[in-house]
This record gives sequence, structure tokens and C-alpha cells, in this order.
Amino acid sequence: MAMTSKKNPVDLIFSSITAIASFSVILFIIGILYVLISESSPAIGKFGIAKFLASTDWDPVKESFGALTNIYGTLVTTVLSLVIAIPVAIGIAIFVTEIAPNFLKGPIGVAIELLAAIPSIIYGMWGLFTLSPIMSTYVEPFLKKITAGVPFINILFQGTPMGIDILTASTILSIMIIPFTASISRDAFNLTPAVVKESAYALGATQWEVVKNIVIPYSKLGVFGGVVLSLGRALGETMAVAFVLGNNHRITTSLLDAAATITVTLANEFAEADKDIYLSSLFYLALVLFVLSFITLAIAKFFLLRAERKYSR
Amino acid sequence: MTREQKRKTEGFIALLLSTLAAFVGLFWLVFILGDVLVHGISALKPGLFLNDPTPPGIVGGGLRNAFVGQLLITIAATLIGVPVGVLGGTFLAEYARGRNIARLISVLSDIMVSVPSIVIGTFIYAILVKPMGHFSGWAGAVALAIIMIPVVLRTTEDMLTLVPWTLREAAFALGAPYYKVIIQVVYRGAATGILTGILLSIARVAGETAPLLFTSFNNSFFSMDMQRPVASLTVTIFQYAMGPYDDWHAQAWAAAFVITLFILLLTIAGRLIIKWRYK
Repeated sequence: MAMTSKKNPVDLIFSSITAIASFSVILFIIGILYVLISESSPAIGKFGIAKFLASTDWDPVKESFGALTNIYGTLVTTVLSLVIAIPVAIGIAIFVTEIAPNFLKGPIGVAIELLAAIPSIIYGMWGLFTLSPIMSTYVEPFLKKITAGVPFINILFQGTPMGIDILTASTILSIMIIPFTASISRDAFNLTPAVVKESAYALGATQWEVVKNIVIPYSKLGVFGGVVLSLGRALGETMAVAFVLGNNHRITTSLLDAAATITVTLANEFAEADKDIYLSSLFYLALVLFVLSFITLAIAKFFLLRAERKYSR
Repeated sequence: MTREQKRKTEGFIALLLSTLAAFVGLFWLVFILGDVLVHGISALKPGLFLNDPTPPGIVGGGLRNAFVGQLLITIAATLIGVPVGVLGGTFLAEYARGRNIARLISVLSDIMVSVPSIVIGTFIYAILVKPMGHFSGWAGAVALAIIMIPVVLRTTEDMLTLVPWTLREAAFALGAPYYKVIIQVVYRGAATGILTGILLSIARVAGETAPLLFTSFNNSFFSMDMQRPVASLTVTIFQYAMGPYDDWHAQAWAAAFVITLFILLLTIAGRLIIKWRYK
């Protein structure tokens, strides 16, 4: 391949330029890590690592900061949104690949892609103006009512339904990641060889048995990778939740309480941080988020690559 | 119930649930787009594009500053991000094809595509805004470019890989050096694909808000000076929607409508080009 590159000087220059351009990606990752560590070093020095991660303090006045409330909010909204999104997304993938008549496959596929292309700020704003009132007047009082007598579950729905809370934020987040998870699952399902499916049909399997026993086991690596990828996306989502989460630095057991995620805290407080240690703590939060999502995304990529290798064999 | 009936019923219920899921997905799309359409169109006036913001309470304000600012930032980001992305993808698909370093950069780019965009905002704040001492349009453009580069890089790599290797061999046989083969043969073969990738990457960054919050910040006055804070539609939507005035909310809906329309049109154009060229 590099047969001519050594002989021609112009080629050497052009190949060097392209090499530099592609190494910029590595440079960005190392640069982000380095800059975030150096900017947060005052906070790392003052609060340490374990103490910062385990502290629920977030007090700009006393200059005492900890990440736990933010990490808690991030994890709760992310997990809850995945719990809502995954069944729907897999249902959509099954519908599009197995059930839908051919004339519907295209349009629904396009609709899912469009849903994925809508910017997150639109979801956030729609959540604030449209979904939040619906949640506070209909959905949340209803959930409160039916869970009122159930021990333990009723803890999740304590407090006044305001619509600005974990439940609303997770619902919006789930709507946002459904198309993403659905399109990856669909691609994974589509890789199941038709011969294997046809063999199962020939043995008398019903359509659902083919999906359950052939398609899903065959594509589980890909679907799992897609789910982890969605998890990585949801962890770092900012604008979809910034409108309706309320930026409340408290650990709450009720889904009807306001909370804060790392992203929401950054969006609301970064430009206003007036003290060095405050800003440094926010950089520290950004570092935690970067490491968390990078590891999640790397795991997702690992599974997707393994799935790809398995299918290409 | 016989076993056959049980299997059939189970299958029927499962398939019904999947169908339902698909319609739930469609329902949200129609609900959100319909809402943006209804609220957006009713707030859409010529003044929105021609006037600058007025103090709250004074009618006749528009978002000219934000429309122009958004355009400036997006164009600047495209001018920085597209060349780097296309050249980087060229390296992966041509000079480093099949090597471990190409595979590594490819995987890292895929990860970078999904890295939280707000983190990139904090990064740019530290390396550009802090040393300069103030927010600036350039900082916002660079933040968007960093988001754009891995997207363009990966699509370029994929599109160049699709060009048959024999085409390059034919050009080599005529004695052309590799760079000429790439520019005159490979790029030409992959042009539509690369263009589609660029369109989709513009659609991707045009709706970004988080990386602009503390880079280009916001500006309630009309400004074309990229050295200074520049208003963008997305940050304005965030500010206006969270604000207390009905007039602001209406303008936020109108801005949301325009930006959604722009992004969906770009996305549909991209998909149509792919369909027309590769199927």
C-alpha cells in the first residue's frame, strides 16, 4: 500500500497531513483528560478522591463540595430511563424486523431515525412546557393513588407532584434514547441469517418463538452493546433533563422530588461559579462524568465489535 | 386449552405488545413534532428574523442576533471540522488501512462521538475562554468542531473503504502517486458519501446546546464579532424557555420550530442521497 509514498515528496507531505488530522482524535481525548485533571487539581487536593465521591455536600457558600448527590441523580435518571426505554425499543425492533408488512417497514424506520435526529434541547423544552404539566396533573397523582397502600413502593411516590422531578426527567430521557436503542437492536436483529429463521419456521415454530428462540439469542451481543451504548449516551445527556430536573442537591428516595445530575449541575452553575475552588469542583465533576461515560462507551464498543466479529464469521 | 392454542395465544400477545411499542414510538414523534409545529408556527413572524431582542415587556422583539450567531458558529465549526475529519478519515482508510493504529483511532472516534458534549464545553472553557478572559464565538465554533471531527472522520473512512481497491490499482498502474490516486480517483468515487456524512454532521452539531453554554455564551445584542460572546439559537431557547415571560416562551417555540425544521430537512436530505446513491 505504501508502495509509492516513499518515492514522491508530495505524497509524503499529504500522508503526513492526513496522519496529523487523524491523530487529532487521540490528542483531544488525552487533552480533555489532562486539562480536566489539571483544572480540578485544587479540588482534588482539597477534597481528595474517595471523600469527594462519597460526600453529599454541595455548598458554594461554605466552599464544601462533594459529588455524591450529582452521581446519584445521574445514575437514578439513567437507570430509570433505560428501564422505560429498553422494552419499548426492543418491541419496536421486533416490529420493524419481523412483524411489519413491507410497506410499513420503511416509514417506521425513517420515523425512528427522525426521532433520533431531533436535538435534545427540543426534547427538554417540550418536556418543560408540555410533558411536565401532564405529569403533574394526571400521571403522578394517579401513580400516587395506586401505590398509596403498597409498602416500600409508595416511598417512591412521596411528596407533591410538581412535574419538575426525577420521573419527568427520566421519561423525557427515555423518549430520547428509545430511537437510538431501537435502531441498534434492529440492525442486530437484521443480521440473523434468513436460513436459520426459515429452518425454525419449517419445524413449526410460531413467529414469536422464532423471535424468542432464534433472533434474540443470535443477536444478544449486539443488542447488549446497543443498550450499554444508550446507557453511555444517557449518562451525558444535558439539555433533555436540564429543564425538568430542578437542580436540587439532595439525595431523595421519592421519584417526585427534584434532583441534580452532573450535567445539570454543570449547565446551571459553570458560568456562574465565582470562586476558584467552586469552578475547580465543577471541573472535577466534569472529569468524573468523562471517565464514567468513557468507560461505559468503551465497554459498549467492545461488545459491539465482538458481535460484529461473530457475525462476519 | 391445548398446547397449540397456548403457543398461538402467547405469540399473539407478544407480537401485539411489539406492535404497540412501535406505535408508542410513533406517538411520541407525532406528539413532539406536532407540538413544536403548532406552537412554533403561531409564533413565527417576519419580525422574529428581522428584529433584535427588546427588553421584556416591550413588543416587537426578534431573534435576529441568534439566527445570525447560530449561522456564524455553525459555519465556522464546519470550516474547521470538515477538513480535519475528511483528511483524518483518509489516513485511516488509505495510508493506515488495516493497521492497528487505524483500528484504534476508529474505535476512539466512535467513543468520542458519544462523549458528553458538555464535557467538551468545559474543556474549551479551560483552554480558550479562560486564557482569553472572555467568552467568544470562536470558542463555541471550536467546541462544535471537536464534536464534528469524529463524526466526519468515521463516515469518510467508511465511504472510502467502499471504493473498490481495483480502482486504485488501475490508477497506480498508470504511474500515479498515491496522493493523486486519492484526490482524483478515490475522493471522486466517494464524493456523495462524504457529502452525506458532512450534511449529517452539520445536523448533529446545529442542535447542540451544552457545549455552547460556556464557550460562545449568549449576547442579547446583534454582533458578528466572533472574538466576543455570540448568541446562538439553542442557548437562547434555553434562556427564554426557562424565563418567566410568555413572549419569551413564544419566541423560544418559534426558534425551536426553525431549528428542528432545519435539522430534519438536513437529515432527510442525507438519507435520500444515501438511498439514491447506494441502493
